[in-house]
Amino acid sequence: MSALTTLQISPARWLYLRLSRSPSLTTGAAIILIVLFMAIFAPWLAPYDPTLQETANRLMAPSQQHWLGTDAFGRDILSRLIYGARPTLLLVLFVVLLMAPVGITIGILAGYLGGFVERSLMRITDIVMSFPRLLLAFAFVAIMGPGLLNGALALALTSWPAYARQARAETAKLAKSDYLAAAEMVGIKGPRLLFGHVLPLVLPSAVIRLALDLSGIILAAAGLGFLGLGVRPPTAEWGSMVADGTQVIFDQWWIAATPGFAILITSFGFNLLADGLRDLMDPRND
Amino acid sequence: MTDALLTVEDLTISFPSDNGPVPVVKSISLTVAREIVAVVGESGSGKSLTGRAIMGLLPCRAHVRASRMLFEGIDLQTLGPAGWNGLRGSGMGLILQDPKFSLNPAHRVGRQVEEALLLHTKLSARERKQRALDMLARVGLPDPERVYASYPAALSGGMGQRVMIAAMLINRPMLIIADEPTSALDRGLQDQVLTLLRSLTEEFGMGLLLISHDLQQVSRYADRVIVMRQGEIVERLPASELAQAQTAYTRGLWAARPSFATYGTRLPVFEDSGRPS
Amino acid sequence: MQKAVLRSLPEPHNSRQPRWRELSLLGPLSKWLMSFAMTLLGLALVTFAMTRLSPIDPALQMVGDHASQSTYQAARLELGLDQPLPVQFLRYLQQAVSGNFGQSISTGQPVASDIARTFPATLELATAAIIIGSLIGLTLGIAAAMRQGGLIDAIARFVSLFGYSVPIFWLGLLMLLLFYARLHWAPGPGRLDVMFQYTVKPVTGFALIDTWMSGKAGAFRDALAHLALPAIVLAFHALAGISRLTRASILSELGQEYVLTARAKGASLSRVVFVHILPNIAGTLLTVIALAYASLLEGAVLTETVFAWPGIGRYLTTAMFSGDMPAILGATLVVGSCFVLLNALTDVAVARIHKGQAR
Repeated sequence: MSALTTLQISPARWLYLRLSRSPSLTTGAAIILIVLFMAIFAPWLAPYDPTLQETANRLMAPSQQHWLGTDAFGRDILSRLIYGARPTLLLVLFVVLLMAPVGITIGILAGYLGGFVERSLMRITDIVMSFPRLLLAFAFVAIMGPGLLNGALALALTSWPAYARQARAETAKLAKSDYLAAAEMVGIKGPRLLFGHVLPLVLPSAVIRLALDLSGIILAAAGLGFLGLGVRPPTAEWGSMVADGTQVIFDQWWIAATPGFAILITSFGFNLLADGLRDLMDPRND
Repeated sequence: MTDALLTVEDLTISFPSDNGPVPVVKSISLTVAREIVAVVGESGSGKSLTGRAIMGLLPCRAHVRASRMLFEGIDLQTLGPAGWNGLRGSGMGLILQDPKFSLNPAHRVGRQVEEALLLHTKLSARERKQRALDMLARVGLPDPERVYASYPAALSGGMGQRVMIAAMLINRPMLIIADEPTSALDRGLQDQVLTLLRSLTEEFGMGLLLISHDLQQVSRYADRVIVMRQGEIVERLPASELAQAQTAYTRGLWAARPSFATYGTRLPVFEDSGRPS
Repeated sequence: MQKAVLRSLPEPHNSRQPRWRELSLLGPLSKWLMSFAMTLLGLALVTFAMTRLSPIDPALQMVGDHASQSTYQAARLELGLDQPLPVQFLRYLQQAVSGNFGQSISTGQPVASDIARTFPATLELATAAIIIGSLIGLTLGIAAAMRQGGLIDAIARFVSLFGYSVPIFWLGLLMLLLFYARLHWAPGPGRLDVMFQYTVKPVTGFALIDTWMSGKAGAFRDALAHLALPAIVLAFHALAGISRLTRASILSELGQEYVLTARAKGASLSRVVFVHILPNIAGTLLTVIALAYASLLEGAVLTETVFAWPGIGRYLTTAMFSGDMPAILGATLVVGSCFVLLNALTDVAVARIHKGQAR
C-alpha cells in the first residue's frame, strides 16, 4: 500500500497497472471463467447427451460429427468433456465450503481464547498437518464408499490445518490491537466480535491461500476419479474419463488425452490466478 | 588531500516507478582522498545509495548516471562484472550496519575474514590464516584463534563489527565505505569502533567514507562533512566548523543531536522531511 | 515444520528474521519423540474412526455373505467388535504396532507379508525419482535465480507451473504412449522383462540391487530401463516444487546483507550463490526435498497403476477396488507412518544444521 500513498496515483489506476502488468492473473481468471461457463451452460453447449451410447459409433476418431471422437461406449467425448467440468467444480466448491470455515473457525477460536484451548487446538492442527493428505483421502473414500460428497469430505478432512494456522496467527496479532480493545469497550463481544469484527480481517489471506490450494484440490479430485473413487458412472467426470481411455491408450489415445488436458488447463488456470493474486498482494515480488 | 582517490561528479540515481523514473540522488559531486569524509543526512536522504553506487552494488533496477566516477584513475562507469569483482575487496571495501546480518551465519569467522585474500591474492591457506589471525588481533579481538574458529552467532555486536572491519581491511584496500557502522551498537561501543576505524584508516593510509545520521559523532572523527538532504548535498564543510554551519538545515541537524541538555525534552523535528525510506 | 523444533531469537533493533536460530535446550529429542508419537497416534485414530464409520462390515467381509448367524457372531467376537470402542482401539493399536494387519481378502496372504513384498518396489521408484528430481530441480532453480528474468528463468517458471498443474497419472500415460508404443525407446510397464522375472532371485526386493547381485548384465540393464520412464515422470512432479522453492529462497537471500558483504569482498555472483547462499538455505532445501519424497511415496497410489509397477501403491489400489479393508488399512498405515517418519527426520536434520551454525 505504501506505493499508493507515496506515488499519489488513484487506486483505480493502481489496480489497472497491476492487472495489466500481471498477465498470469488475467489469463488464470479467463481460464477459470471459461471452465465455469462450460459447467453452467453445459446443456446448451454440448452437442450430444453425454450419457447417450451409440454402440455403432464406438471409439471413433475426431470427425465432423464428433469433434473429439467417441469413447468405448460410443459417447461423444466433447459433450462429456463439457459436462465433466460440473462434478470437478462442484467437488472443489464442496471442499472449499467444508475446509475453509472449519480451519478459520478453529484458528480464530485458538487465537482469541489463547491458553489451554489454543495449545490443544494447535497441537491437533500440527498433527493433522503432518498427515499424508492424498493417501488418507484415498483411503477414506475407499472405506466410506465413492461419491462426490465423500470425496469432498475426504479432501477437506486433511486440508483445513493451513487455514487454522493462518487464522490463529492473525487473530493473535489482532487480539493485542487497539481495534479489538475498542470493539470490546463498546460492548461487542462473543460470537459477534469474532465473526463480525475478526473474521473480515482474517478472510483476505485465507482467500489467497485458497487460490493456491485449489489447483491441488482439482488434481486430487481428478485422482479420485481416475481410481474410480469419484462420482458414479455414467456421469461424465474428467478423472474417470482418463481411466476409461487407459484401456485403449495405444490405439485411441485421444480418449484419455483430452480429459487429462482439461484437468491440466483448469489446474493451470488456478495456479496462474494464485500466482497473480500473490504478486498483487505482495509488492515485494515484482 | 589534493590527490583524490575517488572522484564523483554529477551522480544521479533513479528508480523506475509507475510514474516514470524517480530520482533519489540528484546530481551530487564529491571527492575522497586519504582522509575521513562523512556523509550525513536523515534516513532517505540518499546517503547509503550513494555509497553503494560507488561500490557498484545497487540493485539492477536502479539507474545510475554520472558525468565522472573515477577511482584511482579507473572509470567505474565502464567496469564490467569481472572488473567490479576485481576491484571490490582489493581496492575498496564496504562495512555495513549490523554484523548480525552482514556476516554470513553459515561460515566460520576465519573463512569470512580470509575471503578477500582467497579471491585476490595467491597466498597459501597457511599464509591466509596467519594474516587473518594477525588482522583479528589488530582490530582488538582477544583470543583470535578462538574467534577465527567460531560462527558469527557466538559473537557479540561489538566483536562482530570488529570482525567485519578485519574482513574488509585484510587486503589493504584504498577506500572503505562504512555505512552506519555503529548504529546497531551501544553508545560505548560506538566510540570504540569509530576510534578503531580512524586509527586503522590513518595507519593504512586509506580513505574512509563514513555514512552516518549522527552529526555530533561524525564531528569528532571525520575530517570533512558532507550534509545530504532529499538526494542533494546541502552543505560541505570541515568537521571543525560544524558549529558555525551556514545552512539552517545543518544547524538544525546539529541542534537535533541528543545530549544531556536535551535529555527528557522533545528533540526538534523537521517539517517536510521527505518520505521515510 | 521446522518451526516446531526451532525457536527464533528476539531481535531488538530490527523486525527482520534473525539470520540464525537457537535450538531449544529443553530436551529436543524427547520433544521430537513426543510429537512424532502423537502424530502416529493421530494417524491410527483417524484410520480407526474410518473403519468404524464405514458401511463395510469387517466381520461379514471375513465370513462371506452366505455364512450362518453363528459363524458371523463368532467372527464378530474374534474381531472384538462386541467390545466398547476404546478397547477396540487399543486392540487395533496393539495389532498395528506388532505389524499384524490381518489377512488380505483378495490375496489371502497376511497383509504384512504383502506389504513386505511390494514396498521395496515403491521405495526404489520413489528414491530414483527423488534423486533425478532434486538434481534437475536444484539446477534449474539455481540457474533461474542467477538469471532472474532471463530465458532459463522463464523456462523454469513454465516447468514448475506445468509440474504443479499436470495430473501425474495422465502424464505417465502419455509418456508411455510416446516412448513405449510410438518410439519404442522404453520397455513396457512392469519392473522386469518376463524372461528375467523368474531367473533373478528376489533377495532385497529392489530390482536394481537384485539384478546387480545376480551378475547378469542384461538383467540389470533391463531393470534400469524399466525404472527410467516412471522415475522420470515422477521426478518431473517433484522437480516443480524443488526448482520453484530453490529459486525463491535464493532470490530472497540475494537481498540479505551478508550477500552484500560477500559482493563487497569481490565475490562473483556464482560464488555468492554456491558458497554463501546454499549453506544458508540447506535446511529449507532439505525440507522441500523430503516433502517431495514423502509426497512421491503417497503419490505412488496414482502412478503405479499407470505403469503396472508392482509396488504398495498398486497393491492399495487393488485393495480399494475390492473393498479389502485389512489391506487398505495396513498399506495406509505403513505408507502413512513412513511419510510421518520422513517429515520428523527432516526436522531433526534441519535442526542439526542450524545448531552447528549457532555454536
